[in-house]
Amino acid sequence: MEKCRIIFSGSGGQGIITAAVILAEAAVLYEDMMAVQSQAYGPQARGGVSRSDVIISDSTIDFPKVIQPNVLICLTQAAYNAYSPLIRPGGLLLSDEKFVNTDRKADARQIRLPMYATVMETIKKPVVFNICVLGALISLTKLVKPESIMNVLETRIPQELLKMNNEALDLGIKMGTTCFRS
Amino acid sequence: MKKNLKFIQGNEACVEGALYAGLDFFAGYPITPSTEIAEMLSIRLPQMGGKFLQMEDEIASMCAIIGASLTGHKVMTATSGPGFSLKQEALGYAIMTEIPCVIVNVQRGGPSTGNPTHVSQGDVNQSRWGTHGDHAIIVLTASNHPDVFAITVEAFNMAETYRTPVILLFDEVIGHMRERLVIPQKGEIPLVQRLKTEVKRDVDYHPYLPREDGRLPMSDFGGIHRYNVTGLFHDMWGFPTDNPQVVHGLLRHLVDKINNNVHQIARWKEYFLEDAATILISYGSSARSSLHLVKERRARGEQLGLIELQTLWPFPYGMIRQKCENARTIVVVEMNMGQITHEVKLAVHDPGKVFLANRIDGELITPDDIKKIIRLIQGKGV
Repeated sequence: MEKCRIIFSGSGGQGIITAAVILAEAAVLYEDMMAVQSQAYGPQARGGVSRSDVIISDSTIDFPKVIQPNVLICLTQAAYNAYSPLIRPGGLLLSDEKFVNTDRKADARQIRLPMYATVMETIKKPVVFNICVLGALISLTKLVKPESIMNVLETRIPQELLKMNNEALDLGIKMGTTCFRS
Repeated sequence: MKKNLKFIQGNEACVEGALYAGLDFFAGYPITPSTEIAEMLSIRLPQMGGKFLQMEDEIASMCAIIGASLTGHKVMTATSGPGFSLKQEALGYAIMTEIPCVIVNVQRGGPSTGNPTHVSQGDVNQSRWGTHGDHAIIVLTASNHPDVFAITVEAFNMAETYRTPVILLFDEVIGHMRERLVIPQKGEIPLVQRLKTEVKRDVDYHPYLPREDGRLPMSDFGGIHRYNVTGLFHDMWGFPTDNPQVVHGLLRHLVDKINNNVHQIARWKEYFLEDAATILISYGSSARSSLHLVKERRARGEQLGLIELQTLWPFPYGMIRQKCENARTIVVVEMNMGQITHEVKLAVHDPGKVFLANRIDGELITPDDIKKIIRLIQGKGV
């Protein structure tokens, strides 16, 4: 696989850093790929624009930060405004309908999905929003298999919450698949 | 999933290396960006019968590991710049009293409280000369998690071999980023255990009488021998003395035991040096940026090479001189105002061909930053 450089951005508390770690961990532990994950520390972790970088590759990754992402995820307007100019031409920009107006012209495939609304409607727990985003991401990019994400979740969260997370992941996958066809 | 395969932070890789090496006593005072080391060990050490102490400050932490080491334990503490400053006095004591111990400094921006959550490599000279008086010191670093693991094991081995404090000088980027690590099987990396005296109970034991090979067998403090430990110049029993001959002998011993073994202590990695017209020299996270650039420019036919230092002190002057002999330009890539650049200038025949490529704003230097600086040096414009 070619190198994929991803920036997860949003606000503190949305779980974007957790999502980034889960994705990278799934790639390394269950798909035998290389990955590096890093994040902005400091005030960002307590509200404000929050960011985590992930690089996934089948060979050694030297420089660990993302300068020009192929995939950019923006879960707040502030994050969209800050990071959308960074995206590599032709890249994928994934955002959520509730939080982001994709009013800028970006030389990228901008996909805006009702992920938050669907999670709230179906599962009614905002805590799995980030897992739904991961579902949409992996169905759009085929970076890792859904089973690999679930394998990671099994080691990270209590048994009784697995089902809810699996549902959120499936919701995201479905949404991603739908727009993949269109 | 492979056995022993992990996806963890650099700080956790350091913890895994320390436990592999036999760490069983840690005392510390958590500080960003080293906190995960204390956090992980507060969980792991008690599980395996070791001791974890959160002390009232960094000074007490350093003193606690010195005491624990004397009683036979493998010990470590972890900190960052401001805490490392506080540890300097006790570090000097550990050098003088020849106590094996490992001190981790995950560097952040300084001076003072500086830039806590951002990267820097500004403590290179502090790790060399932060404590007062003439002395030698071993300072090691690494740029990826398998190397962080291995160099941490090495740090414990060198601390025992040379009976000395060893400093692990990591940085915020390495400490916080997550990447792949396969933990080696038991026995895969050799471990150096404490050299203990064979002197029996009730027989005169000389804690500071080196053997012919310069090593000093230890006796667990509080065990079967009574002896004295002091930061004053001391004789072979450990008692204070100002006898010029003894003072001279001890200071020479402290410096020589490390500086005469540079060839044993020096660790480095080299990439594409054979025909390199421009050689980059770097270490820690900036070595990752350097390697990225070297691979990228090699693919485009540029004769670029890299020396990644893992031993910063004692500085491997001879190795640098030899490897850089045929290079037209030497560019030291580091995130400070030229602390290793200065040593490289001392090492090579023509210091005029040594340049600094740095970044000091708390951000990791990028391959593009380095490329632009190299082009300026070469007179090619950005």
